[in-house]
Amino acid sequence: MTVAVFFGCTFIAFGPAFALFVFTIARDPLRVIILIAGAFFWLLSLLMSSLVWFIAMKASNNEDYQLQRGLLIFGVMFSVILQEVFRFAYYKLLRKAMEGLVALSEDDSSPISVQQMAYVAGLGYGIMSGAFSMINILADSLGPGTVGIHGESQYYFLTSAFMTMAITLLHTFWGVLFFDGCEKKRWWMIAVVVCLHLLVSGLTFLNPVYEGSLPPAYIITVAMGVWAFLSSGGSLESIRNSLTCSKSSVNSQVGS
Amino acid sequence: MCVQFFLLIASKTSVSVTYIVKAQLLVVYLPRGRRSIGRTTVPWNTGSMNTSTDEEEFCNEKTALMSAESPSVPLYDDGRGSQRAKESQTVRHRSSSSQINNTDREDHSSSRVSVTDSEVEELSLKYGAKHVIMLFVPVTLCMVVVVATIKSVSFYSTKNGQLIYTPFTEDTDSVGQRLLNSVLNTLIMISVIVVMTILLVLLYKYRCYKFIHGWLILSSLMLLFWFSYMYLGEVFKTYNVAMDYPTVALIIWNFGVVGMICIHWKGPLQLQQAYLIMISALMALVFIKYLPEWSAWVILGAISIYDLVAVLCPKGPLRMLVELAQERNEPIFPALIYSSAMIWFVGMAKHSSGSLSSQQEQDSDEEACNNRPEDGDLSRNTAASENRVGAVEELEEERGVKLGLGDFIFYSVLVGKAAATASGDWNTTLACFVAILIGLCLTLLLLAVFKKALPALPISITFGLIFYFSTDYLVRPFMDTLAEHQFYI
Repeated sequence: MTVAVFFGCTFIAFGPAFALFVFTIARDPLRVIILIAGAFFWLLSLLMSSLVWFIAMKASNNEDYQLQRGLLIFGVMFSVILQEVFRFAYYKLLRKAMEGLVALSEDDSSPISVQQMAYVAGLGYGIMSGAFSMINILADSLGPGTVGIHGESQYYFLTSAFMTMAITLLHTFWGVLFFDGCEKKRWWMIAVVVCLHLLVSGLTFLNPVYEGSLPPAYIITVAMGVWAFLSSGGSLESIRNSLTCSKSSVNSQVGS
Repeated sequence: MCVQFFLLIASKTSVSVTYIVKAQLLVVYLPRGRRSIGRTTVPWNTGSMNTSTDEEEFCNEKTALMSAESPSVPLYDDGRGSQRAKESQTVRHRSSSSQINNTDREDHSSSRVSVTDSEVEELSLKYGAKHVIMLFVPVTLCMVVVVATIKSVSFYSTKNGQLIYTPFTEDTDSVGQRLLNSVLNTLIMISVIVVMTILLVLLYKYRCYKFIHGWLILSSLMLLFWFSYMYLGEVFKTYNVAMDYPTVALIIWNFGVVGMICIHWKGPLQLQQAYLIMISALMALVFIKYLPEWSAWVILGAISIYDLVAVLCPKGPLRMLVELAQERNEPIFPALIYSSAMIWFVGMAKHSSGSLSSQQEQDSDEEACNNRPEDGDLSRNTAASENRVGAVEELEEERGVKLGLGDFIFYSVLVGKAAATASGDWNTTLACFVAILIGLCLTLLLLAVFKKALPALPISITFGLIFYFSTDYLVRPFMDTLAEHQFYI
């Protein structure tokens, strides 16, 4: 409960996202716009799902703890589904924009590719999701207080930060995979993404038994990262090429 | 106590918002097929420059920009704002209607040369996105300053009296009475603004420039000296910093004098931008402090509607102002406009581009531009754009966008109020921030589509208000409950 905790948790939660932003997005204005629009779409989905949950909560008995918990779980699931729906809507919007960009340019290539848009959109989702989950907690970590004073876990801030980082990265990878699935019309990919999102959110219901939620979330994150990398055309060879800075005839388009 | 000061400061707020101007876009092809698309709204006359736009090119730009979601190249010219400022003497009002005016068509002269434009359009597109970001950054900075101050310095979030323009108190017994009082406050405020705007138009019409200048200078003085002194005092109090008067006097004196010079005369562009952001933030903080809660929200809503009306109606004061400014081909008073000028050079052969920041617009082009020879064989004269024979190069010069300070102020008021009153919730502030940025983006997009004067406040403020209320009442309980159980969505 000090400044140290605040900075530590901030960097854990937002370090990767911030680095990704600074190194890949900040230079290009188009990507910044796509990022912020992605954040906006996530916000819209959250708004609608909060509305549904709020109505359900107000219409039900406030005293019944089990019912409220059930409603909350329903709210979470509904929110996840709505997020994916809005991701699809954003994909459609970006596709339309892309057509315009292609029509504009002289050599029929757009200044930004679908994979890049997918990555940026996913990162926008991730940053907004992480920010909404974590900012209030970070603000509280600065002030005076005792963690888990009623017997809850002592590691609340730390686990929140780690979970936020996982969610941010997951959203980025899911964005890449989702758009890729939409592009290639592989609906099973989209279904897998949605199911995994539901799974990760569902795992957090096990909190504060953090063994049940954090390690699986990280395993899934790494798996998604590898899958996203492979699906955007990366391979071991392209990694080797980029590390040794050698040119290769193979298409070395790196995904994220 | 601060009531009196508001009077003078009010003029500052009148720089309203929105005027997003892309001062000048000039494309010149060398050597043959001179084609320039340019519009100059600034003093110099570039005789050799043809400001022309091809109709179809415009269409291409338009559709391209529309689908690409970037603002288009066309010039946004807007004269609102600063004129208003002057006359708002003691009126604490703000010129609200932000107006993005794209009047290049009316502006420029004839010579249309057909061009092969995909390159130009692509460049336009790139510039469009660049302009959106050039507006995002200062707006974000202003909001960050305001939110940081609100969250740390308690002075600006504690209620301590009201202005004379919102005389009805909100400490009433019933909700209905409170609502009524806030509506009345809004009516008074808006009518003051309307009267002042009309007065400003009249002053401008009858060319009382000295009067206007005098007011601008007076209001800048108040802001740069008095309000920054107050701000510094409150910051010192918050952090319990011991300070003596001579040091403070020295600091404020330097700050103020440099600010006056930068804003009203010449100075490095970035310093001028920084000062404009700071005075917008100061103004917004004062509004946040002295506007009662419900009145603030109703005023924000009413200002957006007024903006819409004033800019789009044929007899709207702002529209008349813009047209007057265009007829006279005069720049809007630069002291109250945020400008981010930039010059691009693009070589057709290798498409290398460089950007140089130029100084303020009031300087002549020659002074303002830094020449950077392209391939060593192009010397650019901004005013006349000489072309070297034999070098087939494309030179593009573009001035940055301009945004009236009123926009900064009202966006910051919205976000600051969200930070101050949303029960300590940061999510609301973040949501309003994103909403305002998206509104700005959409407004620029609409400008590209419609290519005429558009108000810039309504969309952003509408989004901001919607997101504020919905986040505060719907999302906050949801997220709080989730955080309590550590569920993640």
